[in-house]
Amino acid sequence: MSTSEERQARQRGLTFLVKSQLLTSDDVARALRRMAHEIVEHHHELTDLSIIGLQRGGEPFARTLVSLLSELAGGDVPLGLLDVSFYRDDLSLNPVPDSAMTAIGHDLTGRQVVLVDDVLFTGRTIRAALNALMDWGRPRSVQLAVMVDRGHRELPIRPDYVGKNLPTSLDEAIVATLEGVWIGTRAAP
Amino acid sequence: MIDSIRGANLLTLDGLSREAIVEVLDTAESFVEVNQRAIKKVPALRGRVVASLFFEESTRTRLSFETAAKRLSADVLSLAVASSSVKKGESLRDTITTIDALGIDAVVMRHQSSGAAEQVSRYVPHVRVINAGDGLHQHPTQGLLDVFTVRQVLGERSGTSGAETGAELFAGLRVLIVGDIRHSRVARSDIAAYVALGATVRVAAPGTLLPEDVASWPVDVADDFDEALRWADVVGLLRLQHERGSGSFVPSLAEFTSTYGLTIERARALAPGTLIMHPGPMNRGVEIDSRVADLPSAVIARQVSNGVPIRMAVLYLTLAGSERESGL
Repeated sequence: MSTSEERQARQRGLTFLVKSQLLTSDDVARALRRMAHEIVEHHHELTDLSIIGLQRGGEPFARTLVSLLSELAGGDVPLGLLDVSFYRDDLSLNPVPDSAMTAIGHDLTGRQVVLVDDVLFTGRTIRAALNALMDWGRPRSVQLAVMVDRGHRELPIRPDYVGKNLPTSLDEAIVATLEGVWIGTRAAP
Repeated sequence: MIDSIRGANLLTLDGLSREAIVEVLDTAESFVEVNQRAIKKVPALRGRVVASLFFEESTRTRLSFETAAKRLSADVLSLAVASSSVKKGESLRDTITTIDALGIDAVVMRHQSSGAAEQVSRYVPHVRVINAGDGLHQHPTQGLLDVFTVRQVLGERSGTSGAETGAELFAGLRVLIVGDIRHSRVARSDIAAYVALGATVRVAAPGTLLPEDVASWPVDVADDFDEALRWADVVGLLRLQHERGSGSFVPSLAEFTSTYGLTIERARALAPGTLIMHPGPMNRGVEIDSRVADLPSAVIARQVSNGVPIRMAVLYLTLAGSERESGL
């Protein structure tokens, strides 16, 4: 289990205590397949589609979606990775996030971008991602795909493709990977 | 040992742990990518103010720091000491207090006196102080960009990216630092960085240009320069510092060149792949032959271009989560 949320929690000296597993790896795989079909349904033509995974939690989901979509489209769907550390608005509240590489090998101008992340929570990461994305060109449209939507939005941001809606309380924590989805709490070790 | 420079001052590399240095290098790796984009700017330090105070001449370090701050969207206050009240005899303390009154978050400072940056950090404890060279003491960002450059080049050779390797490439790496060790803050920072990362360091210089306390340094003194050159994986040259009176420590420049200069003959005798480094500005024909500086194994231009991402990393790590901010 290594999601952005978890790493940040570790930096604050917290660990993740599992309460229960909500999705198995099979459930996650099925959800991703459904999301891939939804993306195809919405876009028809996949020629100008770009999948951008958010570092680091979104990366495995973005990779899986790209291979599913490439299969469905019968051609390569380009993958990019975006790190939003330097665009965050909470540097003063949180310790410096571990920055990962941004790797976008193609011009995003005119592309239909689907951002992919593991867990959608306050929406602030996505706000940062939108700002970061605009430095890479002017996409024709930007959509959002997340494995888990746990609610508690602080900004007017909503996902277009959702693996699983999970109503949570604020003191709960979610960890989502290709191996499954867990709910638990943060506690000092 | 200090394990991270997050939210701290960067006054010296002495006492920084391997983890702390690797963290700077890994962060800089992300900024290399930012510097390759069409829009070379991220909003990470938006609204922060960085003052650059250079009491001593410098072009590359100053430009590199100011570029770094601007690429992080910080505002830069640049004090041109030559045309300031310092020339009218204002004390360091008064200069700093005045600038602090304008509301600054960080000071990047170069000064001819060793310890000046630390002194300033005591005057303004709420401001992050980044030492851009103090007298004969330290030049931390130069040390960091030197090890960053070595990691980058060796990483490329072995086909790995820097961030994956951490400090692995430095285990057993043989580094030879040559020249005016006595007057060199670069040597002091380089040695601290290389040793923390696990490299073995030798120094080679005429006895007069070795510091008196060299025995207490974590380095060996090379007796035979030519043997040491064959031993080394990395050769770090230093500028003979005329302005600090190095000239009077050697009988003549020509003699220094013939005994400790990297001449073209010596460069040709190096093991293949040996890296040649120089912090600049070079005295071509003194410590380094002009032709050597232009060899492919000389990574001097790369050192300069790595200055910006390293300084971005240092500004980013020291400023983010600083005390003034966390109090909000």
